Amino acid sequence: MRMTYREALRTALTEALSTDPRVFLMGEDVGRYGGAYAASKGLLEQFGPDRVRDTPLSESAFVGAGIGAALGGMRPIVEVMTVNFSLLALDQVVNSAATLRHMSGGQLNVPLVVRMATGGGRQVAAQHSHSLEGWYAHVPGIRVVAPATAHDARWMLPAALREPDPVFIFEHAMLYPEEGEVGEEPGPLPLFAAAIRRPGRDVTVIAHGGSVGKALAAAEQLAKEGIEAEVLDLRSLRPLDDATILESVRRCHRAVVVDEGWRSGSLAAEIASRISEEAFFDLDAPVARVCSAEVPIPYPKHLEDAALPQPDRICAAVRGVLQPAQAAAGVKA
Amino acid sequence: MATREAPPMPLTQAVSGAIDAATARDWLGQMLLIRRFEEKAAELYSAGKIRGFLHLSIGEEAVSVAAIAALTEADNIVSTYREHGHALARGVPPGAVMAELYGKANGASRGRGGSMHIFDVGRRFFGGNAIVAGGLPLAVGLALADRLQQRPAITACLFGDGAVAEGEFHESLNLASLWKLPVLFLCENNYYAMGTALARHQAETDISLKGAAYRVSSAAVDGMDVLATAAAVRQAAEQVRSGAGPFLLECRTYRFRAHSMYDPELYRAKEEVEQWKRRDPIALFRARLEGGGILAAAEIEALDQEARATTEQAVAFAEAGEWEPVADLCKDVYARELPCA
Repeated sequence: MRMTYREALRTALTEALSTDPRVFLMGEDVGRYGGAYAASKGLLEQFGPDRVRDTPLSESAFVGAGIGAALGGMRPIVEVMTVNFSLLALDQVVNSAATLRHMSGGQLNVPLVVRMATGGGRQVAAQHSHSLEGWYAHVPGIRVVAPATAHDARWMLPAALREPDPVFIFEHAMLYPEEGEVGEEPGPLPLFAAAIRRPGRDVTVIAHGGSVGKALAAAEQLAKEGIEAEVLDLRSLRPLDDATILESVRRCHRAVVVDEGWRSGSLAAEIASRISEEAFFDLDAPVARVCSAEVPIPYPKHLEDAALPQPDRICAAVRGVLQPAQAAAGVKA
Repeated sequence: MATREAPPMPLTQAVSGAIDAATARDWLGQMLLIRRFEEKAAELYSAGKIRGFLHLSIGEEAVSVAAIAALTEADNIVSTYREHGHALARGVPPGAVMAELYGKANGASRGRGGSMHIFDVGRRFFGGNAIVAGGLPLAVGLALADRLQQRPAITACLFGDGAVAEGEFHESLNLASLWKLPVLFLCENNYYAMGTALARHQAETDISLKGAAYRVSSAAVDGMDVLATAAAVRQAAEQVRSGAGPFLLECRTYRFRAHSMYDPELYRAKEEVEQWKRRDPIALFRARLEGGGILAAAEIEALDQEARATTEQAVAFAEAGEWEPVADLCKDVYARELPCA
């Protein structure tokens, strides 16, 4: 069945609210406004104000309240409008959600789902364009996923709600209107394993969220040049599916990591390190990275495009790893 | 520049209110246990048995005991890093608390949290939280869960005057009031945010006034008077339990010891501490009980001996505890079996 990413999320939210009385949704403008990205449109009317709760602009309080409600036996879904605003709740995420189980000697668990938009590309300037999911993926105690397709948007939410641990779902802001095929629910927990979106043999292009489409577009272009790029969608950013990543890299012998985060201290850096640690002797070229330029994301389209990973830069990085001699002069940032 | 006056001392010089002998024995016994337990903890810290941060609540025992006395077993408690007294008053076994201070596996949190992170979920004691004001949003959420599941419980949230400067205090009072949630916000105002005096961190030093901005009912009470504090907490808890929304109760108290074991106390005068010590909540309560003929001196002495003995047993329990095996380091990062990363 074809639907947009947004509709897939709404379908998942509707199902969750219909089937589990412990589930409720809260966040800024999720109710009467219908959600900043319209993911929850109509849910207030359907489920009422107890279960679809508009919150004040108090990210720390309502994310913390989500943690508390999870401790109290509920299955809250908290929508933080965007990752940019989630920084105001970082204390609750890092100091509470991530620590409570371990720090209490296993007495507590926090079955909380937090959803938020991430990423740039809409000309909304520096304070609305961050891709900080890599920061979240740094933190033990929480799980981090990034649905790149409508199908994953539909099925990651119920899978996340089945988890006893806090799960953070990062929805790339450019994906909401994207249409895709949504199939039946897959078996238990495959959503937290990486997926090969396009098989190939010459190079593994590793991406997540909004970068997966760009990687596929690049692969399409490269195919015309006779280069078969395998596109791997991470889906889970914490934990990382090392086995699938390494299997692909060992087969293709080259890897390019695409990450909309800034390169320094990025998720891409972590993945490149793991490949170097575990598959060094299978590599025919150094791992390359295509990340955002290390600037606050600017407003004008030409500068924003230049700052974010784009298919042409992914193509250039792939050509670079296929010709190691040229790699030294190749694409870095 | 206008200078601010020193924070007001509570006016009463004696404990007020009626009490029966059984309750008196119970409350004084608890206050003495907290006092003796923490005095011992300080000794053990000097002896190297306890490490890290150790925040003592000596001087604030009346608030711990009065606050917990008003709660039922179904009520939730969210506490701070100065929570030994809250935990002991809640009935967390003293041995488990002491073992936690040691970091032993028989501690309340398997030794992983230490002094600042005592958890006892069976007693609905949702932890010492070492981020100032970090517990307030959690309390709001626990109360929301009770409300949504139609449980009659309330959530008591303890925090210090330092927390009042944090955004989470204001966000949480607003949210709890907006949604009429059963949260009892209990501010233990000991007049110092670590080393910064109340008048140096609050433009308005009357913390109880801050509830008004969020339409939260509030009151202030002399936290050195256990009977006055117990009456105030009981009244506040009843109001919260009735469904009228949250309540902010400011308990004015004082910490006799340093902020933590590292604190050289450069920020306050010895005379100020001595002045407050003349209103020691245990001494005041003892005087009231003896003077009123409610408990005899010998009975009180026996309670003190019992507190000392319980403390010694707690130490023995901690000493006998095992260290958690290093092999379990990554256990319970997640509830589900997962690689740590």
